[in-house]
Amino acid sequence: MPALPYVANAVISGTLTGIVYGLMALGLSAIFGVVRLVNFAHGELMTLAMYGAVGAFQGLALDPFLTMIAAAVVFGGFGYVLQRGFINRFIHRPEHLQMLLMIALAIIIGNGLLLAFGPDARSVQTSYQLDSFELGPLLVDKARVYAAVAAVVATALLAAFFRFTLTGKAIRACADNPIGARVAGLPVAHLYAVTFGLGAASVAVAGCAMVQLIDVTPGLGPGYTLLAFVIVIVGGLGSMVGALLGGLAIGVSEALAGLLITPSAKSMVSFGLLVVLLLVRPQGLMGPGRR
Amino acid sequence: MGSVTRRTFGVAAASTLAIYAFPRRVGAEAAKLKVGLLLPRSGLQALIGQSCQRGADVAPELLRQRLGVDVELMNADTESNVDTARSRAERLIEEGAQVLVGAFDSGHTAAIAQVAEQRGVPHIVNIAAAPQITEQGYKFVFRNFPPAPEIGRNGLVLLGDIFRESKVAPKTAVFMHVNDTFGQAMAKGVAALLPKLSLPFKVVDTIPYDPAAKDLTVEVSRAKATNAELLLLVCRLNDAIVLRREMVKQRWSPMGVVSPGSPGLYEEQFSKGLGKYGDNCISNTVWFNPKNQITHDFAAAFKKRFPKDEFAFHGINASYTFDAVLIAADAFKRARSTDPKALAEAIRQTNIPATDRVSFGGPIKFNAKGQVEGNRSVVIQNLRGKPTVVLPAELAEGKLVFPMPKLG
Repeated sequence: MPALPYVANAVISGTLTGIVYGLMALGLSAIFGVVRLVNFAHGELMTLAMYGAVGAFQGLALDPFLTMIAAAVVFGGFGYVLQRGFINRFIHRPEHLQMLLMIALAIIIGNGLLLAFGPDARSVQTSYQLDSFELGPLLVDKARVYAAVAAVVATALLAAFFRFTLTGKAIRACADNPIGARVAGLPVAHLYAVTFGLGAASVAVAGCAMVQLIDVTPGLGPGYTLLAFVIVIVGGLGSMVGALLGGLAIGVSEALAGLLITPSAKSMVSFGLLVVLLLVRPQGLMGPGRR
Repeated sequence: MGSVTRRTFGVAAASTLAIYAFPRRVGAEAAKLKVGLLLPRSGLQALIGQSCQRGADVAPELLRQRLGVDVELMNADTESNVDTARSRAERLIEEGAQVLVGAFDSGHTAAIAQVAEQRGVPHIVNIAAAPQITEQGYKFVFRNFPPAPEIGRNGLVLLGDIFRESKVAPKTAVFMHVNDTFGQAMAKGVAALLPKLSLPFKVVDTIPYDPAAKDLTVEVSRAKATNAELLLLVCRLNDAIVLRREMVKQRWSPMGVVSPGSPGLYEEQFSKGLGKYGDNCISNTVWFNPKNQITHDFAAAFKKRFPKDEFAFHGINASYTFDAVLIAADAFKRARSTDPKALAEAIRQTNIPATDRVSFGGPIKFNAKGQVEGNRSVVIQNLRGKPTVVLPAELAEGKLVFPMPKLG
């Protein structure tokens, strides 16, 4: 058994990574919760944002944390247009068609990135990327701390938007009762598009945070789409708090499994957690109970 | 002009049939050798695959000058995927490849070797270290690259040379290795050999990890927790960068980071991506022989073809790939045929002197299993951003730095 500081380091690192995971999954959860669409291109959207951050860093020397704001706006707009002009037409079609549409979008983005940037791994090299905060025996990765702080701020803003703004309340109304929302005269198509835009914006912010932690390659998407699915299923589909909790659960359990069992067991543990949860509490940690 | 009779039509038809029906090999005898080159030019191993490709790209012109034979490369991308490697090998043979060369990754190479054996087409392995590739009793598979246990043994023996040269010896080591086919083979080799080599250190933990991992925080934490004085590392490229970066973040400064014979640490992207943190890492690895005239010619041709690339960074990948094409061309010259069986027989009889090969080792001769014995390793250390031979003394281009300086 490793000494306590190493375990504490692993828990802190897993927690910080888990928060960023949580933000990434939040977009997926919000889109599913409101639009009832499973976004199979979620990981690819994050990869696209990561390439954006790398491009902004290499071309304009912009720190990814600054790029984050622009990325949120651009991806928000892109998401809105994508949903309003394209995906909306599939909303009332069978689910397998929606699934195929999103998988096609994922393949187009992934291969487009491969064509544009080639297969090489790319990264940003900020001045603080290799620095750590020293807290007694603990060493905490600076980039990871900044990424987690950015993720917390983005999550808080998103939660505040849904809770306190009229549009946010209308979106929640749509999620609770789409027919009722229509009857009440809410512009459902517009609200769906706003939700998709918010989901895309949050995954863009997550991508800009994530690029500080890992290198980006065009093939990164599917793995992170799968991870986002695991997180939202663990947390509870459609629950924002659940997505964050799911991210934390996966981040910390992977870190501890890697340290205490064997690093190869990381994925095994996260998927094991998923299986157990599906058996014991199929609605996820924060999902609505059975009625 | 007379009309076409049944007889003239019959003669013409028979002649046409004869031209198309008889083997093309008759026509190919005096022409060129079609070499199907399989490499991971995209995907996870793309950087190394492309590095190998550069060595092959230089080969046709240089071999035309040296051996007077024409070689045509038929390039295929395995996409860093075993199934793709297998299907591309099939397709190359369908398209007329007379020899297959490739494919860097042991798993891909094993799949291609199966296809080559089934179809009776010679396969010359450029780089792949899993021992089983030449342990299957194949008749059409040849390898001029040491199997993992031999690389591991050579690498571990050179570790002793490092300690003797520096007069410093660590007491403990942690062994980290990728858990792919190559990594597992190396791990087995290292585990079997270490007890026999009387090295001064004890391995306190062995940590396998996924070569595709994007984050190695936990793995490095676990390794650091052992307080080992030496990191023994079997890695690939991307994971090596991620791992070294994580070592810096966690301020883990062992006495040395030494690979006993894997790629990664001496690659260009490693040094460029990490800057000063890439320096002083050591690879005990197969390499090119800088003393041979053919190496100078090859390096010059390489520089001419790829002026922006530093030869040293591509040295091992390019050299072994070039030598694989050289073996094929040499066999073609002697066999005077593109018939696969004749080519395989000629390859089996290969005897290229140590001075006429680019890679570092003895003469290229295949044993009964199709394996070249006597490939040698050197100690490479990244010094001022460039892989530099520091041992053995007769090939040294720079002075060994061991222990490596502590992280600032």
